[in-house]
Amino acid sequence: MSVQNLPLGKAINLGLREAMLADPTVVLMGEDIGTLGGVFRVTEGLKTEFGAHRVMDTPLAESGIVGTAIGLAMRGYRPVVEIQFDGFIFPAFDQITTQLAKLTFRHEGALSMPVVIRVPYGGHIGAVEHHQESPEAYFAHTAGLRLVSPSNPHDAYWMIQEAIASKDPVMFFEPKSRYWPKGDVDTSTSGFPLHASRVVREGTDVTIVGHGAMVSMILQAADIAASEGTSVEVIDLRSLSPIDYAPILTSVAKTGRLVVAQEAPGFVSLGSEIAATVHEKSFYLLEAPVLRVSGFDTPFPPAKQEAIYLPDADRILDAVDRAMKY
Amino acid sequence: MVQLLTPEGKFAPSASAEEFLPYFEKLTDADFRKFYTDMVTVRRYDTEATNLQRQGQLALWVPSHGQEGAQVGSAYATKDQDHIFPAYREHAIAHIRGVDLIELIRQFKGITHGGWNPFDPKHKNFHIYTLVIGSHALHSTGYAMGITLDGKTNTGTPDTDEAVIVYFGDGATSQGDVSEAFVFAASYQTPQVFFVQNNHWAISVPVSVQARVPLYLRGTGFGIPGTQIDGNDVFASYAVTAKHLEDARSGKGPSLIEAHTYRIGAHTSSDDPTKYRTDEELQGWIKKDPIARLETYLRESGADEKFFTSVHEQAADFAADIRRRAVELTAPGPESIFRSVYSEPHPVMEEQQAWLAAYDASFEEEA
Ligand SMILES: Cc1ncc(C[n+]2csc(CCOP(=O)(O)OP(=O)(O)O)c2C)c(N)n1
Ligand SMILES: [Mg+2]
Repeated sequence: MSVQNLPLGKAINLGLREAMLADPTVVLMGEDIGTLGGVFRVTEGLKTEFGAHRVMDTPLAESGIVGTAIGLAMRGYRPVVEIQFDGFIFPAFDQITTQLAKLTFRHEGALSMPVVIRVPYGGHIGAVEHHQESPEAYFAHTAGLRLVSPSNPHDAYWMIQEAIASKDPVMFFEPKSRYWPKGDVDTSTSGFPLHASRVVREGTDVTIVGHGAMVSMILQAADIAASEGTSVEVIDLRSLSPIDYAPILTSVAKTGRLVVAQEAPGFVSLGSEIAATVHEKSFYLLEAPVLRVSGFDTPFPPAKQEAIYLPDADRILDAVDRAMKY
Repeated sequence: MVQLLTPEGKFAPSASAEEFLPYFEKLTDADFRKFYTDMVTVRRYDTEATNLQRQGQLALWVPSHGQEGAQVGSAYATKDQDHIFPAYREHAIAHIRGVDLIELIRQFKGITHGGWNPFDPKHKNFHIYTLVIGSHALHSTGYAMGITLDGKTNTGTPDTDEAVIVYFGDGATSQGDVSEAFVFAASYQTPQVFFVQNNHWAISVPVSVQARVPLYLRGTGFGIPGTQIDGNDVFASYAVTAKHLEDARSGKGPSLIEAHTYRIGAHTSSDDPTKYRTDEELQGWIKKDPIARLETYLRESGADEKFFTSVHEQAADFAADIRRRAVELTAPGPESIFRSVYSEPHPVMEEQQAWLAAYDASFEEEA
């Protein structure tokens, strides 16, 4: 076992480096990712090590970046694209949803699209508009894309490498508020395949599911609940599409109660999807309806109001209380 | 490159400046002093905002330092009835159009996504900032299409003819939206000026990544003629923009101006420019400062020390007033996040606002 204590951003950096060392067809593309090392410094040092031909500071055009990544993939490369912030992915929405997601199907399987799109996402950083959003549901709704989001440095290190190894397009959502806290990364073994969810805390009364930055918020809530006598089981989704339901259903069979928490707006979201599926599959095992905790169905508000918008431990505990009252 | 005022402050129009000189000649000494006062005031304001950000008062600041010449000259070339679509660094233009610069502070303090109503006459059609690079180019073109539909160009009364000017950076020229705006503008012959502030960098990416030919030529293939100007020469910026806008108002269609300038400060308060550009380059551009050259020119044409002292005092007062008000700004209550999502009543907004109010009240009961 070989363990390093690293922040999540640095873990992705190391994962990218491993992937580039292992496979010369891996190329990175994005705005400011080369000389600057990205606005979050996730690609720091990689241009110096691998050269400007493998770490490309692209023109300022997201549709162009994803569209040309598709062409490079056709040519046998494995492009890893960085979108600078969540809210700036939309100029590339057409290329991602009508092309990247569907080219394999359109070619009747003759063509694979091994493209990774890295998206720093989510709030809690007090930034201006378009820099705090959680747009994953738009992409989860599109067949042909795989979506994952690591919540901790260990997972980030391995998941980025597994995402790059995948023959399918993978959208890799990086919880930007978690870039800096450190965690142990075991560089000898991953422990989980890319699309497996994971029980991160065991409990008996209520199950709470979440992904990305929400996982640490849920763990805080679970600590408080424990001090008040409620035992919470916490599941980190890790994969947003496909969703690995087995651990969730097993947990619900034990607790009979499920809360789904996310930063994204609740309407037509991952939380809605999970709630519907669990109701369908575990109806007789449930002691309470599946409850959702989410951002409001409003635009992400100005930074000074993010605390109103973003679910915190209290909002999660409120749902836990409601679930326990049934 | 059109230049009237050299970096040394000498009035020495380039050959290419000739067709624009009649516009310059309409200016008086009072205008020059106004240009100078605004440039100094906004630079002082910009420094104050940078300090406020460092002291934790603002979430972010986007400095305009270095680009005052391009901004002040072109802003004075607009008429009240024109519409202006800025990117996010056009503080001097906001000031000249009558926007209280505390509004920008509200935005960057994280209290609002916008800040002011462009349609309120006191803001003289200065639209709100756009953070999604290039997207507003299309809005400006659409607005200009509306002016044409309304028959408000080339009416025979030039004083009321309307035009649009849109500002964006060198990096923005790579966005599809900007090329599409060129296509629509040319197709519909919109009364509009595309004003590119080429400050040579898009965060850490040099302009050479965005364009292999000078950006003023970018429009040519679309059918949009362009002029390249020394953007640190406020006279060139004024005269060239005045002509381009007059052409637009009189029905001659869209055009483009590429203003060569430089972002002296960081891209934003989150940026560290030493990571990607050399001090030598920076020092070279500091020598071409737009304010210093106008100061030299004014001194040589008779402005006395009293004038400069009073401008700097006014600017300091202006900045102090902004600081005072910036510190006092507070965010509106939780109901505001539901308030303007839609223009008509919406059941989900009502339901979620009520839920939040009840939820917040439940804590007050506990306390
Ligand atoms: C669609 C989009 N992509 C990326 C960004 C992030 N971003 C903000 S400013 C900027 C560089 C803009 O450069 P330029 O157009 O030259 O304007 P300048 O900032 O130099 O004035 C980038 C990449 C953004 N705001 N919008
Ligand atoms: Mg620029």
